[in-house]
Amino acid sequence: MSLKRSDRREFLKRGAALAGGLGLAAAKPALGQTPAAGGIITGSPELVAYGTRSRFVTSERIAHGGRASPDAFGLDFHIASPIQDSVGVITPSSLHYVGTTRGAFVPEIDPQEHRLMIHGMVDRPLIFTMEELKRLPSVTRLHFIECAGNRANRNHTTVQETHGMTSCAEWTGVLLSTLLNEAGVQEGGNWIVAEGVEEVKGASSIPMAKAMEDCMICYGMNGEAVRPQQGFPLRMLAPGFEGILSVKWLRRIKVVDQFYMTYNDYGHLRQDSDDAALSMQIGPKSVITYPSGGQQLPGTGFFEVSGLAWSGGGKVSRVEVSTDGGRNWIDAEIRGTAHPMAHTRFSFQWNWDGAACELQSRCTDELGSVQPTRAQIGEFWAARGQPPRIKGQDNSIQPWRIDRDGSVHNAIS
Amino acid sequence: MQFPRLLLPLLLLLGVSAQAQSPTYGVGRTPSAEEIRAWDISISPTGEELPPGRGTADEGALVYQQKACAGCHGATGTGGAAPRLIKNDRGADADPWSLGRILPIRSPYATAVWDFINRGMPLYQEGSLTTNEVYALTAYLLFVNGVIEEDKVLDEKSLPQVMMPNRETWAPLPDWWKPGMPRLLDYPY
Repeated sequence: MSLKRSDRREFLKRGAALAGGLGLAAAKPALGQTPAAGGIITGSPELVAYGTRSRFVTSERIAHGGRASPDAFGLDFHIASPIQDSVGVITPSSLHYVGTTRGAFVPEIDPQEHRLMIHGMVDRPLIFTMEELKRLPSVTRLHFIECAGNRANRNHTTVQETHGMTSCAEWTGVLLSTLLNEAGVQEGGNWIVAEGVEEVKGASSIPMAKAMEDCMICYGMNGEAVRPQQGFPLRMLAPGFEGILSVKWLRRIKVVDQFYMTYNDYGHLRQDSDDAALSMQIGPKSVITYPSGGQQLPGTGFFEVSGLAWSGGGKVSRVEVSTDGGRNWIDAEIRGTAHPMAHTRFSFQWNWDGAACELQSRCTDELGSVQPTRAQIGEFWAARGQPPRIKGQDNSIQPWRIDRDGSVHNAIS
Repeated sequence: MQFPRLLLPLLLLLGVSAQAQSPTYGVGRTPSAEEIRAWDISISPTGEELPPGRGTADEGALVYQQKACAGCHGATGTGGAAPRLIKNDRGADADPWSLGRILPIRSPYATAVWDFINRGMPLYQEGSLTTNEVYALTAYLLFVNGVIEEDKVLDEKSLPQVMMPNRETWAPLPDWWKPGMPRLLDYPY
C-alpha cells in the first residue's frame, strides 16, 4: 500500500490534528511497537492452510437444556452459542448453536455422492447433484436460526444459557421456490416434508406458503461450505421460523397434501391453536449481551451496552433499552443495517453511577409487534381466562440486575 | 437465459396453456420410479404409503427382546438411558397430555409411531427392521400403553384407524395463519 506524497502529508497532518484535539500530544509517543508478551505463533503448514483464533480467546459452546452433548450414546443434542462474547451480528461457524432430532450423530457425507430429490405432488420429480444445485441462480442472505428450546428461566445464570440457542450466519444457496417451480407443484400440494440423511432421517413438515416465500436450500455458510454440524453439504433454511424446520443434511423434499406429523412435528405439537400460531414464527426478541449474567463491571463510568435483536416477522425497526427495570425506555442505536430475519446489533451509551439497577432491552419489528415482558404475556392470557404462561416461542424481555459491586445477575423472578 | 426465450415461441406454437409451469433451467434429472420408491419413507397420518405387512403385540414383545430394545429403553420400556416408552400412571381418565412426551401415547396418529420406529430404530442399525417387525413393535408399544387390545392385528389398513388418545386434542395451525404476518390477531407481541 503506497500513498502518494501529497496524500501522506495530508494523512500525517490530520493524524496530528486528531491527536492534539484529543489531548494526547503529551502522552507517551507511540513510536516503537511493544513486543508480543508470549513470543510468536510458530508458523506451520496447517496454519498457513487454515487459520485458527488466538489461544487467548477461549469462548466456547456448551451443552444446553440439561442433557449432555455428546450424551451417553455419543449423540449431539442441543449445544448453545457463547453469545456473551459475540461482536457484530455473524456467529462464527465454529460457534453456531447446534440442535438435532432426538440427538444425532453428525454424518460424514461425501458431497460427490450427495443428492437432493424433489418428488410427491409435482409434475416433474427431480434429483440434483451438488454441482447441479450450484449451477442454479443463488441468493446470499443473513439469517438467524433459533431453536424452540431457547427459553429463558430463573435458574439460568448466563446469556449463553438464557439465549444461546440462536445464531446468525450469512447463508448462500438456492431459493426453494426455484426448485419447486422447476418441479412444478401440483394443485393441493399444501405442505412439504423435508428430510435429512442422518441415521434417524430427521424430517419436518413446512407449509407450502413458507416454502415458496423465502426458504433456502443452503450449501454456503459464512463464506465457505456449510459445516458438518450445520448440515454439510446441504441444509434447509426456513428464515425466522423455529429451528427444527431448517432440516440439516437435506436429501429429500416431498410435496404433500397435509401436515405429515413427523417425529419432529409431533415433538412440537400444541394443545390450542393460539399456541400453534405463536409457535412457527419467532416474535420480536432481543437480549443485552454486555453486560449480561455472570459478568462483572470493573467499576463506575462509561460503558457501551450492547446486544442482539431479531424477529421472525422481518427487520428489526427499533430497539429500546431501560436501565431502571422497564420504567423508562430510551432508543438504542442500531449498528449497521437491519436485515430481515437476522440478528441486529444494538448499542446504548451508558454511564454507570454505581447504584444497583436493572438493564432490559425491547425490540420492535417491521410488523409493529413489540417484545413483551413476561408479566405482559401473563396478563394477556389471564385476561382471556387462560393460564398465564408463555405460549409459542419465548420472546420475552430479559432483565439483568447489576448489583453495587458491579456483578450482573439474571433477574427473572 | 437463452433457454426461456427459445422456449416461449415453442410453447406458443404447441398451444400450451400459459398457466402450465415449465422448467426454466432444465438442470437436474428425473429420478426413476425405483429411486423414488427406495428413498420415500414418509408416512402420512392417513397411511397411504404404508407397505403391506402385519404384526401383533405378542410378536412385538419378542422383537423387543430380539433386537435388544431393552438395552436402551429398559426391560419394561422404562428405566433405560433412552427415552421411556411407557406412559406415566395418571389413572384411566387422565388428560392424554399429562401422560408424558412419549411417542406411542402422545402422538395423535399411530402412523407416526410406525414411521419413527421404521426410520430411526434401533440405534446404530436404523432402517434394518423388516416391515412386519415394525408393525409388531408398534402393536406392542400401543398395547402396553393401553391404546389397543393385546390381540389386535396391525397392518396397512388397521394402523391408520387406531384411535390414539390425543387424536382430537391437538391444535393444527389456524386457517388464517400465514407466514410473515403478525403471529396472532390482537396479540401485540
